[in-house]
Amino acid sequence: MSCFLINGYPDTRSHTRFSVKFGVVVFPGSNCDEDCRHVLKNVMGQEADFVWHKDRDLSRYDCVVLPGGFSYGDYLRTGAIARFSPVMEAVQKHAERGKLVIGICNGFQILLESGLLPGAMLRNASLKFVCKFVELRVESADSAFTKKTKKGQRLRLPVAHGEGNYFADDEALADLKKNDQILLRYADNPNGSVEDIAGICNKKRNVFGLMPHPERASERELGSVDGRKIFESIVSQ
Amino acid sequence: MKAKIYVTLKKSVLDPQGKAVGQALSSMGFGGVRDVRMGKYIELEMNGADRAGTEKNIKAMCEKLLANTVIEEYRWEIQN
Repeated sequence: MSCFLINGYPDTRSHTRFSVKFGVVVFPGSNCDEDCRHVLKNVMGQEADFVWHKDRDLSRYDCVVLPGGFSYGDYLRTGAIARFSPVMEAVQKHAERGKLVIGICNGFQILLESGLLPGAMLRNASLKFVCKFVELRVESADSAFTKKTKKGQRLRLPVAHGEGNYFADDEALADLKKNDQILLRYADNPNGSVEDIAGICNKKRNVFGLMPHPERASERELGSVDGRKIFESIVSQ
Repeated sequence: MKAKIYVTLKKSVLDPQGKAVGQALSSMGFGGVRDVRMGKYIELEMNGADRAGTEKNIKAMCEKLLANTVIEEYRWEIQN
């Protein structure tokens, strides 16, 4: 078998039936947008465009990525202002149509603020910004975002956040568990998150939010390639 | 009119900031502080004199943007 390289990276498209078009949303203050697009294009070999937060049309994309960063300077609450950017109405519709949305770190916070995912983020219990590799446990492989993993599998991904202390009240938590919406848990909780929750999806399982950064762990040079499992799941629809 | 809005974490939500400040106060020798809750204070200068309309408006602002009602509660005062 020959191994094709795209910009020096192995061509992972050969594992996929068809390619996925990604739209990476850029808010003022996003800072993981370039990393996401780089991995999607150059590592995963997919089509990936930037989408400005004032755009209102996402119809050409299969999967929308809300990247990490500090949208609107994290003013008021993380994600609270970005959630009212014009593009978010389109994200809402995109999700309603059953298409995929993934929010990473600040993107997860925006999804919580917009109500596309249940719960809210609090300051880390330590009150410190946590920036390190953490070990995660896959709690459910039954989603478009984790289908290439196995339940119980460990993933090593970096986190970098000051507000990753996930909170949901008892009722919402019971709901998450009943519907198998908790996709990732921390093996060693870095932020005080309730029930060690690191990533959840909605009931329809097409919207996923996670605090760790898979795009920062998709190339060997960066210390882990476990993040690719998430992107490989998405592109193997 | 001026609206003074106070946003605080719900009682059922742990407040790590408040806890740290409470610990600092007690380690400084200030006794008698049972609990500390931190929050946000927001001042709005409002046009118009329709008090009922303003109140309704402020409630909507709190529900939609100023507070996240999953974790926070809010109250306000209006000064003429």
